[in-house]
Amino acid sequence: MVCMICKQNEAKVHLTQMIEGKIKKVDLCEECSKAKGFDDPTGFNLADLLLGLGASQEVAQAAGGETKCSVCGFTQAAFKKSGRLGCAGCYTCFGEGLEGLLKTMHKGTRHLGKVPQSLRQGRAAQERIALLQKQLAQAIHTENFEEAARLRDELKALKEGGGGVLTA
Amino acid sequence: MNLHEFLTPPAQNAKRSGPADKTVMSSRVRLARNLKNFAFPGWAKKPERIKALETVQKAVSALPEMAGGYADSLDHLSALDKQVLVERHLISREHAANGVGSGLALSQDESLSVMINEEDHLRMQSLQPGLQLRQAWAAIDAVDTALEQRLEYAFSPELGYLTACPTNLGTGIRVSAMLHLPALVLAEQQINQIIQAVNKLGLAVRGLYGEGTEALGNVFQVSNQMTLGEAEGDIVERLSKVVAQIIEHEDNARGTLLEKKPKVVFNHIGRAYGILANAHSISSKEAMNLLSLLRLGIDLELFPGAHRALVDELFLVTQPAHLQLGYTEKLSAEERDVYRADMIRERLRTLSRPITPPTPGSALDKPDPA
Repeated sequence: MVCMICKQNEAKVHLTQMIEGKIKKVDLCEECSKAKGFDDPTGFNLADLLLGLGASQEVAQAAGGETKCSVCGFTQAAFKKSGRLGCAGCYTCFGEGLEGLLKTMHKGTRHLGKVPQSLRQGRAAQERIALLQKQLAQAIHTENFEEAARLRDELKALKEGGGGVLTA
Repeated sequence: MNLHEFLTPPAQNAKRSGPADKTVMSSRVRLARNLKNFAFPGWAKKPERIKALETVQKAVSALPEMAGGYADSLDHLSALDKQVLVERHLISREHAANGVGSGLALSQDESLSVMINEEDHLRMQSLQPGLQLRQAWAAIDAVDTALEQRLEYAFSPELGYLTACPTNLGTGIRVSAMLHLPALVLAEQQINQIIQAVNKLGLAVRGLYGEGTEALGNVFQVSNQMTLGEAEGDIVERLSKVVAQIIEHEDNARGTLLEKKPKVVFNHIGRAYGILANAHSISSKEAMNLLSLLRLGIDLELFPGAHRALVDELFLVTQPAHLQLGYTEKLSAEERDVYRADMIRERLRTLSRPITPPTPGSALDKPDPA
């Protein structure tokens, strides 16, 4: 592919930009890109440079019209510019739009690693409660009332005792 | 305590050793963490940043691992101090640009460092000599577990640890190894094939000082890029395997070069020695590249009795900020080049020129039957 400007050198800089809703592609050689100032990152959406071309559009789409974080007031436009978010709440506010972006940059979209201990306990308790509730329904269904009473008591104790952990 | 009194002298620093340190100069694992209910540092207003800094500083200084360590706010450090920390890989270049509202904590042995209010509220790293990725992960994992008792992290069960940049989301982990690969560079750019192969595995290859820096002195940083959808242990294992393979390729490249093109290798090393031992002005870049060849020469036993630590120390003390430390007046780049050459000549004064081992195929190559 040759450079679109000098039509001589090999194009090494390839840019895709959305201008007025239309995708515009530009292929330039290094010299011409420098001459045109295309090597200056401030002239571009940093999100595109950092996260891959097209990222900023995806983010814009993802936000689904939501342009401001309700927690910290960070804007979509600011994210497009910096590639960084404003606060933890931004992940909820811009959540849907971010998913596509996360898919392209990560192995998966669900966390599989470490979990803080305080939440680990909460998670285990929640799982235990779900299991007990299932067993309780089963016991009632089979009219095993002795077992049902035992399960009910255990559930009650868990919910009362673990309440603090669960809301943590 | 004064930062320079605290930091290990370069000579001692260069003597730190670890497994496979011929090729792996250091192993590092860093974690990104943020506080719940605080805006990320880049967006937080100044009072909020300062409050976050104080909260984190308090929790970090209470860690037993940080006993006898160093902690300060970045506005108390000069630009030169911060550059010295960058050259030692204890803070990032980005963090060096920060001042009020940002901080740093180092453990006594400098193996643990916590950057406060860099891009995230916490960027903690374990830095170990040689190939010790698993050990580095275990060390920083323990620090993180201790900190989570004192700080409430921004965490989501689905997305994991929430970070300012979505590229660090999930585990917030970056596992990296600093590799010295002179033979792969000499061997007709085999290095490019390696870089491509490593990239295909979803790993990044960078220069000496991380993102967007040049691979000076044939030193490359290999690190993971993806942080979400994979557990920390799996990322550490994957990187360890890849690094083990790169070590093997480098060893093979050294063997092949010595066998097929011994004169090319000896020529490079001999010239590097010649310039380093006799130059009166040398840039940081040229020094790094020639010191890399000297390091290779020591590995290949062309300098009997010499130790790699000699070169590793020079790698550090010839960096611009470390060089400036020895002088009170601000040096210009030209002055630095002169002083750098003076320093290298002085250090290499006792190093004899490289021996010329018998080249295969020549009569000298055959051992005496007696």
